[in-house]
Amino acid sequence: MAVLTYREAIRAALSEELARDENVVLMGEEVAQFHGAYKVSEGLLEKFGPKRIVDTPISEAGFIGMGVGASMLGIRPVMELMFWSFYSVAFDQILNNAANVRYMSGGLINCPIVIRGPANGGTNVGATHSHTPENVLANHPGIKVVVPATAADAKGLLKSAIRDNDPVMFLENTILYGEKGEVSADPELLIPLGLADVKRQGIDLTIVTYGRCVLHSLAAAEILENDHDISVEVIDLRTIRPLDIDTVLASVKKTHRVLIVEEQKPFASVGSQLAFMIQREAFDDLDGPIHRLATIDAPAIYSPPVETEQLPNPQRVLKAALAAVA
Amino acid sequence: MSKKATSTIEKKDAAPIGSSFAQAQINADLTKGERIDLYRKMLRIRRFEERSLRAYQGKKIGGFLHLYIGQEAVAVGCCSLMGKNDHVITAYRDHGHAIAVGMDTKALMAELYGKVTGCSKGKGGSMHYFAPSLNYWGGHGIVGGQIPLGTGLAYALKYRGLKGASMAFMGDGAVNQGAVHEAYNLAALWDLPVIFVVENNGYSMGTSQDRSSAGPGLAQRAEAYGMNWGTCFGHDIYEVRATMDKFLKLARDESKPSVVEIDTYRYRGHSVADPDKTYRTRDEIEEYRRTKDPIQVFQQKLIAEGVLTDVFVEQIDTEAKAEADLAADFAEASPFPTTDDIQKDVYWESDHPDRRTSKGRLFFD
Repeated sequence: MAVLTYREAIRAALSEELARDENVVLMGEEVAQFHGAYKVSEGLLEKFGPKRIVDTPISEAGFIGMGVGASMLGIRPVMELMFWSFYSVAFDQILNNAANVRYMSGGLINCPIVIRGPANGGTNVGATHSHTPENVLANHPGIKVVVPATAADAKGLLKSAIRDNDPVMFLENTILYGEKGEVSADPELLIPLGLADVKRQGIDLTIVTYGRCVLHSLAAAEILENDHDISVEVIDLRTIRPLDIDTVLASVKKTHRVLIVEEQKPFASVGSQLAFMIQREAFDDLDGPIHRLATIDAPAIYSPPVETEQLPNPQRVLKAALAAVA
Repeated sequence: MSKKATSTIEKKDAAPIGSSFAQAQINADLTKGERIDLYRKMLRIRRFEERSLRAYQGKKIGGFLHLYIGQEAVAVGCCSLMGKNDHVITAYRDHGHAIAVGMDTKALMAELYGKVTGCSKGKGGSMHYFAPSLNYWGGHGIVGGQIPLGTGLAYALKYRGLKGASMAFMGDGAVNQGAVHEAYNLAALWDLPVIFVVENNGYSMGTSQDRSSAGPGLAQRAEAYGMNWGTCFGHDIYEVRATMDKFLKLARDESKPSVVEIDTYRYRGHSVADPDKTYRTRDEIEEYRRTKDPIQVFQQKLIAEGVLTDVFVEQIDTEAKAEADLAADFAEASPFPTTDDIQKDVYWESDHPDRRTSKGRLFFD
């Protein structure tokens, strides 16, 4: 075990998989010479050379589509979006090509492509750069969606994503890039997609969350335990699709109370889907309505102190948790 | 419609006319049998399309049906040049290319009928034919959306050190899509072995080229990206082959991309839902059919060459019609997929449960 940042953990996953499989290529804007807009790919060009680490022009529809095409013919491209927010200009390539080609060909084709990059608000970059499209992406059968919260998860899940034979959308977080955690150096330690992780055990309330909101939820859980004598179980989904609903249901059976925390606009969000599934499959285990804390429903505001309040944060989680157990 | 053949790699004989294309090495080398096969394939496409139209009118086929009638020499000419590592991708008017690469018309017709014996098990329909084993990557419904994919095929060829080319077909309506220009830029920037083939049938749906595309020509836009380009007429299969052969060699041997615009014409509406009464005249269609029908043109050449006889022409036609009827009978007799099939072929992993590594639910209700 070594202590790595989330950024370094992703880099380690990339480096190990590039070394393991010569068909893996990392491609995106500024990933090579510039070392990545967020320095995730720092040093990879020097290690693997320009054939494997490829700078693209600012041309998301072109290079994402090119990656999808190359993946049909045996390449395993890892495509970096500088921000996931830019997926909108490549959306046709993602949803009509990556997600649908297998189906439309009656199963003759598969696209082992990973599209990765940060998807988060909280950095005061306004509405165009703060999208969190995991719900939109997961709405398309044929693709998988991963949102890691910790360094160890980021590494293990990215390695699984690269080896996966289906298209995987991997959503990172610029604010988490500097977060440190213990990470295994074992190149064969993979975390399977679709497996949630109980990040904190508890008996009074289940918080179902993922991504950076895991950290907010853990911080709130600490306060709830110390100041309010409320024991909170925090479940990190880690993967949105496939979804480990069984771990959620097992927790609900134990706590009987649920709060969903997500950095998502509320309408038709990941939480909306979770709430439906929990009420449908654990109705008799619930002692109260399912609660949800989401992003305040508006485009991302720029104003730095106000953006903090638009997004889930530990204080907002705390307040929502108290309401959920009241 | 009519522009003289020209090309950035053929400046010195910029306007080869008439029979000179027949003497091009790639055509001169054709055996009698190969010439007949080209003719037969064009006719098989036409008879398949005519039969599918009848099936559509008989309400056997749902959705859209974009017929290739009139454009046969383009797909057959281009695809006849394919080597082991050459690949093809196209848009939604994809039946001609499918037959040209060698797909079985029974599976193609069954796909139109939405049957489980269809080439995509009834999941793709008319616009989404695929045959990876024949290097045929679809069949794509969004105008221009397949062009980055075709560029990716070329990228994979180059990455893997394979000497081949990707032919990415589009219609004249696709050239104004952003994804097409992004693909042009990437192909030129990285010297990818791809040929962007613009099948210019004069109309993007009901909008003529004059009303949709600025600039002097569609292929010429390649110059902005420093790419080679060429144009040719698409009613003479010899011309198509002679032109494409040069650009294919450039792609395979020098890994150079190019844009080739092939002037062609469709006799039917954009799709069978298009009554074809608003944007062109009957006379225009009849004039093309009378003077430039690709099958008639080639038939006359082959008769003149002594390759075909009237009797043989009749026999090939009878066989092509019989094949189309057989395909329709096969489609008719085949079962539909079941509702249980709806969630198959979505994820590779759920189709290979013994090799699944992920956990959790992949499907929701």
